[in-house]
Amino acid sequence: MNGSSAHPVPLDQLPEERWASVVDVVVPINNRDRGLVLRLVELGFVPGERVCVVAVGRPGREPLAVRVGHTTFALRRHEASFIRVILQP
Amino acid sequence: MAVATIALPARIALLGNPNCGKTALFNLLTGSRQKVANYAGVTVERKEGTLHTAEGRRVSVLDLPGAYSLNALSHDEAMTRDVITGQSSEVLPDLLVCVTDATNLRLHLRMVLEARQLGLPMVVVLNKMDRARKFGIAIDEEGLSNALGVPVLSTVSVHAHGADALRAFLDRPVEATTPVPWSAPKLEQVLATQQEAQRIYQETVTVPVVDKDPSDRIDRVLMHPFWGFVVLALVLFTTFVAVFTLGSRLTDFIETGTGALGGLLMDHMAEGPLRGLLVEGVIGGVGSVLAFLPQILILFLFILALEASGYLPRAAFLLDRPMSKAGLSGRSFIPLLSSFACAIPGIMATRTIVNWRDRLTTILIAPLMACSARIPVYTLLIAALFPDEPVSGALVMVGLYTLGIVAAMAVAWVIKRSSGDRSRSPLLMELPAYQWPDLRSLVIGLYERAMIFIRRVGTVILALTIVMWALCTIPSPRSTTEGTPIARSLAGEVGHALQHVFAPIGFNAEISIALVPGMAAREVVVSSLGTVYAINGDPGDVENRLRERIASEWSLATKLSLLLWLVFAPQCLSTFVAVKRETGSWRTMWIMGGYLFGLAYLASLITYQLTTAITAL
Repeated sequence: MNGSSAHPVPLDQLPEERWASVVDVVVPINNRDRGLVLRLVELGFVPGERVCVVAVGRPGREPLAVRVGHTTFALRRHEASFIRVILQP
Repeated sequence: MAVATIALPARIALLGNPNCGKTALFNLLTGSRQKVANYAGVTVERKEGTLHTAEGRRVSVLDLPGAYSLNALSHDEAMTRDVITGQSSEVLPDLLVCVTDATNLRLHLRMVLEARQLGLPMVVVLNKMDRARKFGIAIDEEGLSNALGVPVLSTVSVHAHGADALRAFLDRPVEATTPVPWSAPKLEQVLATQQEAQRIYQETVTVPVVDKDPSDRIDRVLMHPFWGFVVLALVLFTTFVAVFTLGSRLTDFIETGTGALGGLLMDHMAEGPLRGLLVEGVIGGVGSVLAFLPQILILFLFILALEASGYLPRAAFLLDRPMSKAGLSGRSFIPLLSSFACAIPGIMATRTIVNWRDRLTTILIAPLMACSARIPVYTLLIAALFPDEPVSGALVMVGLYTLGIVAAMAVAWVIKRSSGDRSRSPLLMELPAYQWPDLRSLVIGLYERAMIFIRRVGTVILALTIVMWALCTIPSPRSTTEGTPIARSLAGEVGHALQHVFAPIGFNAEISIALVPGMAAREVVVSSLGTVYAINGDPGDVENRLRERIASEWSLATKLSLLLWLVFAPQCLSTFVAVKRETGSWRTMWIMGGYLFGLAYLASLITYQLTTAITAL
């Protein structure tokens, strides 16, 4: 880890228009969420991949529009919280 | 040991992620005109067609709903999984054509790797190759084919010869293989597949470094928490204005034409049943519905253009939060928007909604969106209510559409409260790159819609109108010589009986008669009223238009009551059938019919009684 700014945060807390890379995926306890997280991984939210929040809904930053690779997906903060990312310098 | 058999493929299936152009490719291969658009989940059912290979052999093609994964989350994805994993009643295809979007291989490669594990003969198609080249994306097809261990071809499904490589490939024999049973993967397996996809992608695809995606720049405005809503409101307002100003002018033009034609027949044909049928039934009835073709086409033009642009998922994103107040999610937006054209495709589009309660709620409220078949009825009544006040008329029209939406949200809210289910449904919605609508597809789409409407007018509506005309002219055995010609007819008898139900909400016998055939097609309410009043009128007076008769003969309370009735009433048998098919439940169908009838009766009763009381003061 490199400096104080570089610690992993859940994707739903990533500020807008800042590129970050996925560090790991938290495996949820309940089955329903596990299915969703599996889908997120299938959509490309895998360690090493670059992500960026391109738009957010109001109020409460819900939902989030997240760019991953060449695709943008609309996600809920709940789903996004299982993806941990680290800000890129 | 079994000997490997080699055969030419006779059945192929198109598999791939949503929005990679499978249906466009299917249309190009088979000459079909299935609907294509720029959002995930356009195709929600299997479609079959036949193509001719380069050597002229016939091959059957199966187009499947797009799926991000065989590990299905929604109904349409499950359908695709079942077909290609042998869990449906269908025979497995001889060849799996795995379609990918060449501009977004990183996402689509994972599906290729997953499909490869099924052990079926397979070919990978890089679709949208023209766009990939335009963006400067270079794909090493040979390297990709080596890495994947399956043949790789490229196609452009928007060009006439864009699938020639695939047609030629289908003349080559494929080796029969043993299918491997599919089982849901674990997280570790998915991660491993993704790592492999990542490795193959880096080895074979070169993408130029672009600073800013053009779609991102557009999204900065269209998905802005304030400006996004301004644009959305403008888009909806423009659509509305175009349909009801430009469209209605064209409608008037056609009406003048049919009126003149009726006059011509009156002058040149001998009096008799045939003239009556043609003038009162066909022209007075069917002509009055056909006149609405321009308005309906303008509505479809806007919806098709929006669907093709990639804007709809963005609108769904913006509306997710407001819709959650009513217990829905942005996922319901596209099905509900489609319902403004017709509730049936709208109800089918709910197959993409992951959460079952959300899907059921969306199905139940879809009929409250004012479908295009309501345009003739609303227009006729509003014109009769406000003959010389276009502004008031427009406001009432906006009001009717809004009332349907507000009622739908209220019903959704009630369902949410009563079900006690508080779980948030997932969104997981792809926001595709924007595209200019393709003019050719727009024209084909509009032509298809026009033909559907004309066919409907020429079959169901014409037949019902003729039956109506006959029932209205054949005298009832119990009739006297008193009253209007209608009152003396068989239909008059029915209308009289229905008065027991409809008199409290202010519907006269003529309206009650027209509502019955209106169950088969809403527009028939207009054509039936046209026929009823043409028969009741002075025979020399066909050009005296329906709206003028309504304006002078119905009370204000009756007109308002009928308008309200039409907003809510379950006036469409096809919708009932669609609800039964999609939910598999008679009970749900009757619940929908019951609540809509209840709402309609209540709204009309209150409107009629209040207006009568106020106007009597």
